[in-house]
Amino acid sequence: MSEMTIEELIDEFQFLGDWEERCDYLIDMGFDLPEMPSSEKTEQTKVHGCQSNVWLITRVRTEDGRTTLDIIADSDAMIVKGLIAVLLTLYSGKSPAEILDIEPREVFRELGLDRHLSPARKNGLNGMVQRIRELAAQVAA
Amino acid sequence: MSVSTSVSFDVEAIRAEFPILGKPLPKGRPLVYLDNASTTQKPRCVVDKEREVQENYYANAYRGVYKFGAMVDDELESTREKIRKFIGAAEVEEIVYTSGTTMGINLVANGWGRKFLKPGDEILLTEMEHHANLVPWQFVAKATGAIVKLTPLTEDGRVDLGAFAELLSERTKIVAITGMSNVLGTMPPIEQITKQAHAIGAVVLVDGAQSVPHGATDVQSLGVDFLTFSGHKLYGPSGVGVLYGRRALLEDMDPFLCGGHMISQVFDDHSTWAEIPAKFEAGTLPITQAIGLGAAIDFVSEIGFDAIHAHEQALLEHATEQLNSIPGMKIYGPSPEHKGAICSMTIDGMHPEDMANLLDRKGVFVRHGHHCTMPLHSKLGLSATTRASFAIYNTMNEVDALIDAIHFARKRLRLTD
Repeated sequence: MSEMTIEELIDEFQFLGDWEERCDYLIDMGFDLPEMPSSEKTEQTKVHGCQSNVWLITRVRTEDGRTTLDIIADSDAMIVKGLIAVLLTLYSGKSPAEILDIEPREVFRELGLDRHLSPARKNGLNGMVQRIRELAAQVAA
Repeated sequence: MSVSTSVSFDVEAIRAEFPILGKPLPKGRPLVYLDNASTTQKPRCVVDKEREVQENYYANAYRGVYKFGAMVDDELESTREKIRKFIGAAEVEEIVYTSGTTMGINLVANGWGRKFLKPGDEILLTEMEHHANLVPWQFVAKATGAIVKLTPLTEDGRVDLGAFAELLSERTKIVAITGMSNVLGTMPPIEQITKQAHAIGAVVLVDGAQSVPHGATDVQSLGVDFLTFSGHKLYGPSGVGVLYGRRALLEDMDPFLCGGHMISQVFDDHSTWAEIPAKFEAGTLPITQAIGLGAAIDFVSEIGFDAIHAHEQALLEHATEQLNSIPGMKIYGPSPEHKGAICSMTIDGMHPEDMANLLDRKGVFVRHGHHCTMPLHSKLGLSATTRASFAIYNTMNEVDALIDAIHFARKRLRLTD
């Protein structure tokens, strides 16, 4: 799953059709998300604005002169874990400049997340996106 | 468990009065509406009454002498009288239209609190108050130098009456307490609390948002000084509520909102206030909503609270028994005989947000979150619960649908027994 690109995920969602099936798929993606060690789940790594607890950390990786961000995130709610998996598909292994270039709203729209998530959950998702983009901007600067 | 609540209580006949309940959800699933502590669905008579006003004689209230103005005024005043009777108030002038419970409490906190609270005075609440009966007091305490104190709860979520008696002192100026917790369902002994508070000279405000729709309320026999409740939790429209206050208190306190209708005379540099209740009814009232509330009161009065209470308690007992058979289930608050028809719960391994989402998939509508009671949730060591709350139109089959939906959610989240 981690190898899936965002385009493949959008295709998959379009194939699934209705929101219930997509929601099931999100839950399954959540189950496949690697767990974050509990020692990393601190007040510093917590993302505010989420109804459920979300923790997010990024690590800068430089390999062969290319800088990318590793994103590790977790939640205590399974559907949110699925949304995290979507974000990882979108952002993982990308350079800070590439991350800042991505327009996540467009992707969420194509996945149907804009219509089916509650405002509270959209806020949470945007909180995570904002955190990732801030970190990318810091590294890029 | 007694299922036969009352010979006259026919839940199917009641359901037939609520058009929304008969409309299937997408995929043909029946609606199982269990978020009644948030807001209730509307019977046809309420919808019809609002339409009747808007289609036939709508006008502003207490403004025009023309025909429609007079008709609206008559409707509002006869509704005010219905409300008086409904809560057992002595005088119709003691009934103030508000936008809802929140506004009622804010009105008392500001209109009474800012005028009479002095530094060091105490405002006594409980640990289970809705934010609407906590935050306005914090706000007014900050402005006046008064102190907010919270009465603790017992292990099973009842008011710790021993602690209450200890906290009560001559410094206590007001006791503001819920008539029924929107999370735990706890129904404090209001009459006893009022007696104790009055003995030391404090006034008592009851937040009746949850209690008024589920049981008979008589402000005079309870002895309460202020009672506030909302229309939309009582099968009536949203945007309208009621503040009851004893005449002497309403007359002594300041207005809260200023503007039209609440004045007697306005000069360049000062104004004088209208008599109660107009003094507290600044601006245009929620006209059709208030008249619609009258229809809702007629509706529940006709069914009667004995039958309503018996039916809802039977649902609560059945739900409690069934929910407790689910692995990892914890229901918060007292046992059914000490509370109203609310079950706030957690299930091991299931986040309340996931639970509410997965239940929605089965057409079961419940609420999740902190339910505007963050201090209570932190006392319970929780960030959120999932709440199923019942009303007159819910059925035993719907309780079973809730249980089936929870089993589905557990399976979907790969929880094993």
